[in-house]
Amino acid sequence: MNALFEYLIRLGDDSLIIGHRLSEWCGHGPVLEEDIAMTNLSLDFIGQTASLLKYAGEVEGKGRTEDDLAYLRCDREYKNILLVEQPNGDFGMTMMRQFLFDAYRKLLFERLVNAKDETIAAIAEKSLKETKYHFKHSSEWIIRLGDGTEESNRRVQDSLDTLWRYTSELFYTDAVDAELIAAGTIPSMEGLEEDWEKSVGEVLSEATLTIPTNNWKQEGGRKGMHSEHLGYILAELQYMQRAYPGLEW
Amino acid sequence: MVTEKQIWAYLEEVFDPEVPVLTVVDLGVVQKVELKDDGCKIVITPTYSGCPAMKRIEDDIHEKLAEKGIEKVEVELVLSPAWTTDWITEIGKKKLKEYGIAPPEDEVDKSVLFADPTVVPCPKCDSRNTKLISQFGSTACKAHYQCNDCLEPFDYFKCLR
Ligand SMILES: [Zn+2]
Repeated sequence: MNALFEYLIRLGDDSLIIGHRLSEWCGHGPVLEEDIAMTNLSLDFIGQTASLLKYAGEVEGKGRTEDDLAYLRCDREYKNILLVEQPNGDFGMTMMRQFLFDAYRKLLFERLVNAKDETIAAIAEKSLKETKYHFKHSSEWIIRLGDGTEESNRRVQDSLDTLWRYTSELFYTDAVDAELIAAGTIPSMEGLEEDWEKSVGEVLSEATLTIPTNNWKQEGGRKGMHSEHLGYILAELQYMQRAYPGLEW
Repeated sequence: MVTEKQIWAYLEEVFDPEVPVLTVVDLGVVQKVELKDDGCKIVITPTYSGCPAMKRIEDDIHEKLAEKGIEKVEVELVLSPAWTTDWITEIGKKKLKEYGIAPPEDEVDKSVLFADPTVVPCPKCDSRNTKLISQFGSTACKAHYQCNDCLEPFDYFKCLR
């Protein structure tokens, strides 16, 4: 297995799937401004995906483009974490998923800008600027909803309780990461989890939300073992390319 | 033989498809112009990763330079150094304001959560009494504001650094 290819697929699939989830809100946002915000976020994520998967295709050297990788793999070949494929639920659920992910993605890119691999560093540099906006946006909503009405607090607390089990996978590492870190391709991720806990903890505390004490965790996405939701996402995402191979517009 | 300066002048005739009052030079997305034996290479950088205008800008550059008789044009897209609103030219900022879009202001770091919001003056009446409606506006590069005095709703070209 090519570790660099695998690593890029993991990061690219995270943004592809969360970008797709956000796009499902198009025309359904609770207010017009948020409808537009979520499609804008989606666009940033799809753009980051294009950069990551394009590079993955180059690294692989089999002539696959970013579109081939995005649209023509099977479910087990997608390596996104389970968190990003979880259903949108209500707006609070979507914002909680976004917040937990944005906090991670921001800290990750802050490290990857120092990658020795110049392409990864460039993608991280570009994406970090966008991710800062994303994190600010989702954090503000978590505070507003958490420290809002009894009803909004109950809903985001439920969302946090539901999604918390998927957060350990944000820090999943295996031989892929180890090889790239040893080779100096990407920097060490030491302290990433602690920084995330601190950053997330600050906002949740401001939002008067309680971090679940249940430590049962669910992982599998990085190995291609997904929840039942991914199949439905792919059915929609891949429909046009499967029905009309090579379609362009 | 066409000069580099001439190509820059031609690029001043290529407009951003989403903010058509700005040229690609005003916007600061053109990084470099390199003369080649029988043509040139133009290096551009995207404003946002998913900016749908980049492909269009690339095509428009090809079209404009072909129209000027330069047939062999290569357009390369680079991500680093990452584009920043600091690269919008002074003329560009002026054009934005006249067009009704508030140009980027100095902002505190986006990762600072609880800082005072940036004051964005109304492009219509210059009042500083305005409010942020949404951080995400009609395109990825804009936020949505409203003037509390003249009530004008307006786009703000948000600061990206
Ligand atoms: Zn005004």
